[in-house]
Amino acid sequence: MKTTNIMLCGVGGQGIVLTSKLIAAAAVERGIPVKSAETIGMAQKGGSVFSFLRLGEGAASPMFPEGSADILIGFEPAEAVRMFPYLKKGGAVIVNTHPIMPVTAALTGSDYDGTDMLGYLDRNAERVIKIDGDKAIEEIGSPKVLNMVMLGAAVSTGLLPFTLGEIEETMKATVKPQFVELNSKALRYVG
Amino acid sequence: MHKEFLMGNAAIGRAAIAAGLNLIAGYPGTPSTEVLETVAKNNDGSLYVEWSVNEKAALETAAGAAYCGARTMVTMKQVGLNVASDPLMSLAYIGVKGGMIILVADDPGPISSQTEQDTRTFAAYSKLPCFDPSSVQEAYDMVEEAFALSEKYHTPVILRPTTRVCHGYASTDVKDKSEYTVNKPEGFVRDPSKWVIFPRLSYNAHINIEARNVKLGEELSDSGRNVVTPASDAVCRKGIASHGASFMYIKDALEGQQAPRLFKVSNPFPFPEKAALAFLDGLDEVLCIEELDPVIERGLTYICGKHNLNVTIRGKLTGDVKNAGENTCGSVAANIAAFMGTKAPAAANAETPPALPVRPPVLCAGCPHRASFFAVKEAMKGKKSVFCGDIGCYTLGNAMPLDMVDTCLCMGAGVNITQGIGRIEPDTACFAFVGDSTFFASAITGAVNAVYNQADMTLVILDNSTTAMTGHQPHPGTGRTMMGQVVDKVSIEAVLKGVGVRVVETVDPLDLKAAVECVKRVSAEKGVKAIIFRSPCAVLIKPGRPAVIDAGKCVNCKKCIKALGCPGIVTRGGKVAIENSLCTGCGLCSQVCPVGAISVKEDGEK
Repeated sequence: MKTTNIMLCGVGGQGIVLTSKLIAAAAVERGIPVKSAETIGMAQKGGSVFSFLRLGEGAASPMFPEGSADILIGFEPAEAVRMFPYLKKGGAVIVNTHPIMPVTAALTGSDYDGTDMLGYLDRNAERVIKIDGDKAIEEIGSPKVLNMVMLGAAVSTGLLPFTLGEIEETMKATVKPQFVELNSKALRYVG
Repeated sequence: MHKEFLMGNAAIGRAAIAAGLNLIAGYPGTPSTEVLETVAKNNDGSLYVEWSVNEKAALETAAGAAYCGARTMVTMKQVGLNVASDPLMSLAYIGVKGGMIILVADDPGPISSQTEQDTRTFAAYSKLPCFDPSSVQEAYDMVEEAFALSEKYHTPVILRPTTRVCHGYASTDVKDKSEYTVNKPEGFVRDPSKWVIFPRLSYNAHINIEARNVKLGEELSDSGRNVVTPASDAVCRKGIASHGASFMYIKDALEGQQAPRLFKVSNPFPFPEKAALAFLDGLDEVLCIEELDPVIERGLTYICGKHNLNVTIRGKLTGDVKNAGENTCGSVAANIAAFMGTKAPAAANAETPPALPVRPPVLCAGCPHRASFFAVKEAMKGKKSVFCGDIGCYTLGNAMPLDMVDTCLCMGAGVNITQGIGRIEPDTACFAFVGDSTFFASAITGAVNAVYNQADMTLVILDNSTTAMTGHQPHPGTGRTMMGQVVDKVSIEAVLKGVGVRVVETVDPLDLKAAVECVKRVSAEKGVKAIIFRSPCAVLIKPGRPAVIDAGKCVNCKKCIKALGCPGIVTRGGKVAIENSLCTGCGLCSQVCPVGAISVKEDGEK
């Protein structure tokens, strides 16, 4: 099978690394070779976080060049724009529309609200799926499930080599039993 | 054998266990930390694991075990090798009995380090064999080979992955438990002619090392790790030489293209000269794509000179490859295109994006270091002062608006730098900030230096009871070890008093008034004095209820934001607001607010 390149990005603390692990686990269960690379360490503290994921044979490096991601999962509008060059022509963007203001923005009185970023994605990507992450977590009832909402939306595009049901099975094996229902709800929020 | 999805560092740790590891010691440092943590997590009790006080202690501990015939591993990041270099240089002469791997993780970029030093160069300097893995699988496989080589030649061996191998993940073939090697150390056999370094011994050892390394260069040429891949087109007279993560970028970039002859150098020292000659044979031009130092480029240039080969060697030294920072898939593809004369991959045809918000790393919401820095800033307002910082989360005290780090050099340096500044500027109030783990690692000697030499300075210990930056490792002050024991804590107060610091006060930085008064009182004393700001790392404790802003009282002066720069305080629609998902209820902002508009409540309080 061909290699599927996935770029996940957002701000430290949004659950990006966890999401990446879950996708990897789902692939490993299906015998699909996986490689990944992510931000760890100093850059994590409130900074931009990214994770490269490559599923399938034929990928030598855990990272891939610009213009080669099949899907970009952006947990924050500006972070999605920052990593947008990695998306290949015709690739899909899943983006959480809720902006996270950096500390520097609060200090300088910047009015960053994500609108320009979403407009940019609309104009430049062929396929954009917008998720109102704030509304989603409010409706589902937990701030901790944003990553599952995003992952559910990504799987629903059909670009990942597994179904919603399959990723749900993997999720069940990794979260505590009392959180399974909540996470299932989140995975199926969009799909 | 079975497959597991592993981080590079986890693969190295698992491979070491599978190879019959008896002892592992190290000091935390990104990107090396997870190797030792993996061994500790998978320890069935049969091997000894410790976070040593620093890299020098780790290497010396492992040396003792290796003298007994134990298989040992020492882990550190590249700058940690500088700390361990004293025992390393001598141990290279003395040698080992049991296999010893010195795992040194390099950090091209640098992403989380002070320097872009190259451990391959250090390997040549210390004359020790070096393995440079390019993937998670190769890192796993090299561990067994490195142990075998170490025991065959009685020498420590360096394994130097870079960040992308350490922190990359891959489906990896790992050994089943039934395939593990068991190593039973013979024990220490007394032999002063072997284990006691003297000029005579060093002279003889030097002769042997040089002879061994010539032999090793031959052996490694045939080891199957330093591989020449023929060009896809037999008439192509160009070649590319590379190593590590960059080699994988090259393989990806050449996918589906005409490839030149390739040379992968996995043992940069002793340089595999025989394999290099096979690679160079018949070529006109070679491009070396490396990260950090031009080790392969220099090696090949030397071999061309030695053997009178008319091959042009390009790379960092000729300006064909950038000489600083990390390589990427994109930069490597561009290097190859320029060298091969092919078309570079077209840039994406998108409009220029809007200005992106910058997200520099900051101290976490509720971080006690913020309170400590703010207290010192308040106390010393208007007084000529210098604030020497150190290595750890608290280096981030440099960010606006705190702006409280005037210098930062290397582990434990601040306490001595501030003494030097004081010698030249006696009218300056000299402060050194150091974290608890860094204090134990390398600031105690600086405190002794200050006491002995009659310095006038304030040593500020930021004690959050953990090694936070690298992911919360225990240290001598925490009372926990990597063997799971609960032990007596080494008291920072007792250490300072023991070395002769007369004034030592401990205060909770989150009690702002008490903290400011403490700084004023202590810093006014003559000589060496110390303040210990003690409050646990915000990430390790259960957060309290978020602060609440009384909209009726808030005058929107934004003093909380401008003074503290806490990610837990934001503006929404021009108004100051608490980011409830981040606020830990530490209460610092409530003590800064001039109109008493911010309050925090204890759990259970209405």
